[in-house]
Amino acid sequence: MTRHVLLIEDETNIAEAIRFILSRDGWQVSVIGNGAEAVASVRALRPDLVILDLMLPGASGLEILTALRADPATAALPVLMLTAKGQARDRAAAEAAGVSRFMAKPFANDEIVAAARALVAP
Amino acid sequence: MAMQALTGSRVRERRLALGLRQADLARDLAISGSYLNLIEHDRRRIGPAVLGRLATALGIDVAALALGAENALIDDLRAAAAIEGGAGDGRPRAEIERIDEFVARFPGWAGVLAQGYRRGAQLDRAVAALNDRIAHDPHLSLALHEVLSAVSAVRSTAAILAETEDIEPEWRTRFHRNLHGDSERLAAGAEALVAYLDGSDHAAEAGIASPQEEFDAWLAARGWHLAELEAGADMTAALATLASGAARALAGAWVAQVAADVAAVPLAPLQAALARLGPESEPDPAALAAAFDAPILAVMRRLATLPGATVGLVSCDGSGTLTFRKPVAGFTPPRFGAACALWPLYSALGRPMTPITARIVTGGRGGQRFRVKAFCQPRYPQGFGGPELREAAMLVWPDPGEAAGEALAVGSTCRICPQAACPARREASIILSSGAGAIGF
Repeated sequence: MTRHVLLIEDETNIAEAIRFILSRDGWQVSVIGNGAEAVASVRALRPDLVILDLMLPGASGLEILTALRADPATAALPVLMLTAKGQARDRAAAEAAGVSRFMAKPFANDEIVAAARALVAP
Repeated sequence: MAMQALTGSRVRERRLALGLRQADLARDLAISGSYLNLIEHDRRRIGPAVLGRLATALGIDVAALALGAENALIDDLRAAAAIEGGAGDGRPRAEIERIDEFVARFPGWAGVLAQGYRRGAQLDRAVAALNDRIAHDPHLSLALHEVLSAVSAVRSTAAILAETEDIEPEWRTRFHRNLHGDSERLAAGAEALVAYLDGSDHAAEAGIASPQEEFDAWLAARGWHLAELEAGADMTAALATLASGAARALAGAWVAQVAADVAAVPLAPLQAALARLGPESEPDPAALAAAFDAPILAVMRRLATLPGATVGLVSCDGSGTLTFRKPVAGFTPPRFGAACALWPLYSALGRPMTPITARIVTGGRGGQRFRVKAFCQPRYPQGFGGPELREAAMLVWPDPGEAAGEALAVGSTCRICPQAACPARREASIILSSGAGAIGF
């Protein structure tokens, strides 16, 4: 069965690169670029993994994470959060909100693949 | 507030040193005890006649009592002694009681010492301003984030191109294009960052100065006065010189505001009204507002932005956020973050429609005195059912004369404020630890 990842990232070139890398690794990749639609998209698409940028237009990654954790249907969904270096305070807040794992930008491509695989057991 | 040793304070010091009672000295001078008490607390100016009798009674020179250039020097030396001159580490303490003798015998050396002290104070302020900028600069963190995002995209895309041997041609083309776009963005971001860190004002304006700073600089370059509007001319060309759209929007809103103010309080009649008052009198915005049938805030804006006006103006919205900041020598509003909670501006904000007049003195070495007038006007742009919006403004006049009367000690913002014991402090100061907390007592 193909694993499905939803990527929520407003930087289109970063999103395109991640889509390419994970598609090559055998994932089905959906991408949205706006925080405001994020929670509804997760409910509709029911992905196995969410990769979530911390800084998004519409709603912050932290708000989206909190909303996902509050919903029993998505409370246990693995969430990999992308942060820029130097957002220590935001990372602490995301940790408290129940993030599964962090990935600091700029990341190496194989790190993303390894993290995605580790979060979704085949 | 002993930041400036004042004439009255010296009278008191000298009287106590001689072991004289206030009542006895007053009788000798043929003035009332309560009047002498007011003099000693710097609440009354001393006339020349009383000053002469005082000097005789206290056995000192009139010049040593009166405020003047030499006394400013003595003030600086006293402040320097308070900070640097305490005994300790085996050093002898400064002989503060022989300060008059020192200044009289070694005026040159005294000048050098005072100059060094003033230079130190200046550098303190410069360091504080720099720290304020780095610690509180959201634009710096945004610029860094922009660079990091571009680096992420470049790194990831370049790795795909380098490592994927069987990449489809259309993907390769697309990634090459992305790489090009990101590298351009990275170059621009890095350039803006370097220009910013370079520190020159010009570079900061061209790069990533905040829209508010860009607007402030634009208005300051015009002397805070929009002569075009007084002449009924168009401001479009002038607005186009602003680099960012956000700054143009701020300036556009200000231009619209000033145009309305100009219509309500035209330049020539206003200048005529001010000329009738004379240069010495401080204009009363409420009285002028009544005379012109104009809003008080409009008059305040007009007074601060007349050609060559030496009065500062700060405005804030209901949240206390500064929305306009025209500095005046010695009174510099903070560039970022909230201002000093003790500003009479905020007293006015809490009591709309109530004129507030006050004297303030800025903290730190060589604190300067200002007279201020503040007023707050609520608005209801959506009618009875809508929210109340408040706008407050405060005019700030330098008060260079003899420091007389109580003045409220205020700062710019907590982070760079040297007032050690402040009831309104909300954040530690970065300059208190240097020992500056000792002054003011």
